[in-house]
Formats: sequence, structure tokens, C-alpha cells
Amino acid sequence: MADTTSITAAAIPDVAQEAGGVWGFSRAQLVGLGILLVFLVVAPFVLYPVFLMKLYCFALFACAFNLLIGYVGLLSFGHAAYFGMGGYLAGHAAKVWGLTPELSIIIGGVTAGLLGVLAGWIAIRRQGIYFAMITLALAQMVYFFCVQAPFTGGEDGIQAIPRGNLFGVIPLDRDLSMYWVVAAVFLAGFLLVHRIIHSPYGQVLKSIRENEPRATSLGYRTDDYKLLAFILSATLAGVAGATKSIVFGIATLTDVHWSMSGEVVLMTLVGGLGTIFGPVVGAAVIVTMQNYLAEMGAWVTVIQGVIFVACVLAFRRGLIGELAALLKVKL
Amino acid sequence: MDEIFGIPAPLLFGQLLLGLINGAFYAMLSLGLAVIFGLLNIVNMAHGAQFMMGAFAAWMLLAWGGIGYWWALLLAPIIVGITGVILEKLFISRLYKLDHLYGLLLTFGLALIIEGVFRNEFGSSGLPYRIPPELSGAWDLGFMFMPVYRGWVVVAALVLCITTWLLIEKTRLGAYLRAATENAALVQAFGVNVPRMVTLTYGAGVALAAVGGVLAAPIYSVNPQMGSNLIIVVFAVVVIGGMGSILGSILTGFALGIVEGLTKVFWPEASATVIFVIMAIVLLARPAGLFGRK
Repeated sequence: MADTTSITAAAIPDVAQEAGGVWGFSRAQLVGLGILLVFLVVAPFVLYPVFLMKLYCFALFACAFNLLIGYVGLLSFGHAAYFGMGGYLAGHAAKVWGLTPELSIIIGGVTAGLLGVLAGWIAIRRQGIYFAMITLALAQMVYFFCVQAPFTGGEDGIQAIPRGNLFGVIPLDRDLSMYWVVAAVFLAGFLLVHRIIHSPYGQVLKSIRENEPRATSLGYRTDDYKLLAFILSATLAGVAGATKSIVFGIATLTDVHWSMSGEVVLMTLVGGLGTIFGPVVGAAVIVTMQNYLAEMGAWVTVIQGVIFVACVLAFRRGLIGELAALLKVKL
Repeated sequence: MDEIFGIPAPLLFGQLLLGLINGAFYAMLSLGLAVIFGLLNIVNMAHGAQFMMGAFAAWMLLAWGGIGYWWALLLAPIIVGITGVILEKLFISRLYKLDHLYGLLLTFGLALIIEGVFRNEFGSSGLPYRIPPELSGAWDLGFMFMPVYRGWVVVAALVLCITTWLLIEKTRLGAYLRAATENAALVQAFGVNVPRMVTLTYGAGVALAAVGGVLAAPIYSVNPQMGSNLIIVVFAVVVIGGMGSILGSILTGFALGIVEGLTKVFWPEASATVIFVIMAIVLLARPAGLFGRK
């Protein structure tokens, strides 16, 4: 087992930090960021804003997931729990407690984070595939909780969640107003993930991914680092779920189901594990695909399965990872 | 003895029996997972889908070929096992040099494909599979009525598990298997065709899942999702037992089924989550699992 490379090491081209970067962004990443910013501003006038908002929610979800798999090497197969719980709590806060959308989203994120404290504390005791199985099992527990708990509305979910007024003053009923909020939340989350992985803390995370016993021998309490990464990831996933339920006015069991956990793995895998733009591109690909193939019913599942298999067998770097390798840059 | 702890005895024993049956499936599936994991070092996420394929194979044999339960019990695992061998040859064998997580992702993708195809073909609602006439009816045990088929499932699962365990622990073939689990390269150096053994082991593990599927077909309705929810519980069972031990996974499987059945009696709302809670407690107390070595 010792000589197997970590799941992301194969996906990341070994490129040293380039000179001329700003805030930890390499030159290529700055170009990518520029394209992303232009897209965020121009897209709502060209594409359907509700579709874009869905995309950003999933992109943020995938970025949160990527923080764990890409930079700590931990495969969580239960991230739907945090995404879905964030959605439920935000929906409950906005509808029943009548809170403003930004507070609801914060509550969703904090709840998911607290759930992450508990789940992470249990799950980080094991590595590798056991970690994946434990997170999957814990997420299934959350799913059953959501099926039974009265506030989630069971099979119906929480419906008719009001978008409300941002800070209590700016109404978000128009899709375009809501769009800017979602875009801002997404961008903030994206930059936060980038900041985390380029901080000294993030460097330690990467060293844990590469060789955990060595990091331990250097005096790092690796469990603490892993737990914090898990909590951060869960919180961001919760924020993504919370934003989604505010946008669509509905929070349902679909978002806590294990198939959602599988979807976020797929998005990140397609885009490229351990790349900062990979999850965003992967989410865009998968969400677009689901949008166009929605009438095909169960074939969507089959196609997703085929993409999974193809990615694992032939395409482990993902779209952005391949592009980065091709251009010999870091993305 | 009409009441035990204030619970009517028939209810208690009825749930215990249900728990034992669930436990039988947990044991069979976690056994297959443990066998596959031992040699291949991958978590077979497609195990639930292959369990479902076993049930569907039995249904298809009956509906399309007029082949009854007893032949299905033999043929369905062989058919599903062969598909497993093909999957291993085509896909899984390419991943042994990589991180084990890729095996997990690949088999998850395979599970999605299998489930999706079956859902397209047969829809989401279940198909009925009749209990074979030899096993219909019920025994009066004095304190409860025991459907013959349910008793049969428990006995069959026990026999199957113990046979597998004996095969691995007591035979020459099992010795090769255990040796290859420890050090595949060394066993290969002794002239054993390890890649073929790996392929056949995967096929055998998959066939075990399929036997479970055939046994389950008359109890649960045969539907494409029947495996996926079960398999997540089985993962928890595997984490609790630790994948290192064959006997451990059998014992844990049965024991947790019974615990789940008892929970249904005393605190029904918690019955869906009790195994996961136990998993969390075991991880806090013994991170390697009850029978784990590491």
C-alpha cells in the first residue's frame, strides 16, 4: 500500500509555483479567474439566470468537496448530508422563523458545520476507503433523520420558502437580483477555498495528503488539521445547499440522498480533483447535462455511471487537470 | 409467557425473526465484500447492484424461461458471477496499481449503470416473485407462527456463510487465497496464477451477493433499488466488524440484524439509524472495528 500514489497526486502535474503570481494565484490561474469573473458578469444577460444559480450552488458544493478530496486526500461519500441539511435549515429559518436570506444561509452553513464537527470527529479515525464508507453511513443516518424529523416535511420537503429581502431591504424576487447574491456567495466561497489551500494551514493539509506519517513525525497533529478541513468543507457545502433552497424555494430529500453525494464526487472528478477550477467546470458539465437530458429519466443515471467509469479508467486528471497538463501550468 | 418486558411475545419474536433475516442478508453481503476486499483491496460499491441482479436473474429465469426457484438458486449466482468476472477483466483489473479509492469510484459508476439499466427496463415498482411451493406455509412453534420460507432463508444463509468460512480457512484453495491476501507477489512466485485467482475471487464474491438476491426475491419485491439502500447498511456493518475477518463479518452481520429487529420493538423510530449509531460508537471505542486487525 505504501507505494500507491495518493488519489490526487496522479491528477496534479508537478509544476512548481510560478513566479509572477498574485495572492497565491499562478499566472494561468489569474487568467482562469479573469475568465470566471467575466462569465459571472456577462452570463445572466445571455443564459437563463435560474440555471446559472443552480450551477453556482453546485459549483460551490463541488469546491467544498474538492477541499477534502483534492487537498487532504479524504474521499467523503456523504457530502449530501451537509448540503441537504444546510438547505433544510436555511429553508426553515426563512420560512418559519421569517429570517432574511443572508441570515438563513448563514444558519444553513453553521448547522452543516456543526454536523461536520460531529461526523468529522468520528470519521477521521479511519483513512482511505473506510473514511469513505463511514461518511456514507453517517450521511445515510442524516437521511433517515430527515425522513422522520417533523421540520423537514418528510417526502414533501419544505416548500414555498420565501426569497425574502436581502439585509431586510433589497427584495430578491426578481431572478436577476437573486443572481447577484448567488454569484457573490459562490465567488466568496471559491476564493475562500483558494485562500485556505494557499495558506500555511493548507500547505500542511497537502503534506498530510502526500504522506501522513511524515507529517505526524514533523510534529503536526494531523487529526486536528483533517478535522478542521472537514468542518470547513461541510460548512461550505451547507452554504451551497442553503443558497440553493433559498433560490428555488424548496428543500427536499433529494439533496440529502446518497445519490447527491455521488453526484458531487462525479462533478469534481470530471472537472479534475485537486484543481481550483476543476470543480466549477465539472459542476457546469454535469448540471448542463442533467438539464438537457432531464426527459431521459433513468438513462441520466446510466450516463453518469458511464462518465464515472470513463473518468476513472482513462481520464483521472479530469478536464481541467488534462488542460493543465497540456499547457504545463497549474490550474 | 404472553408478554416479555411488557411487549407481546408474538410481536417480539416476529421482529426478532425479521431481524435475523435482515442479519442473514447483512452477513452474506458483508462476507462477499470482505472476501473481495481481502484479495483485491477494493470496496465493491456495485455489491448492492449485484445483489439486485441476482434477484432479477431469478425473476427472469422464472418469467422468461420457466425455470423455478431451486435452479435459479444455482444458475442466477453463476450468471451474475460471470458478469462479475467480465467486469473484473475489463475494468477493475486496470486499477490495482492505483489508489484504492479509484476502485471504489469505478464500482460506484458500475453500480449506477447497472441500476439505471434495470430501472429503464423494469421500472421502479417491484415485481413479485412467488415463494416456491415446497417452502410456503408456516410452522406453529407454540409461541409464534414461523413462515417456512423465512426459516429457510436464515438456515440457508448460515450454511452458506459457514461453508464459505470453512472453504477459506480449511482448504488448500483457501490457503492460497489467504496467502495471496498477505503477499500476492510471493504466492505468484510459487507458481500460483494470482491474476486468475483474483478474477475468480471477484466472481465468487459477486456470486455470493447474487445468492443473497435470489433468497431475497420472494421476501422483498424485486426492484432495481433493492440493493442500494441495503448496501449502505452493509458498509456500516463492515466498518463495525472490520474487514479483516471473515468470521467477524458473519457474526457482526447476524448480530446487527437482531439488534435492529429489537430496536423495531422497543423504539421503532430509531430502527433505521441504530446500526449507524452503533458504528459511530464502535469507531470511537475501537477505530479498527470489533474484529479488525489494524
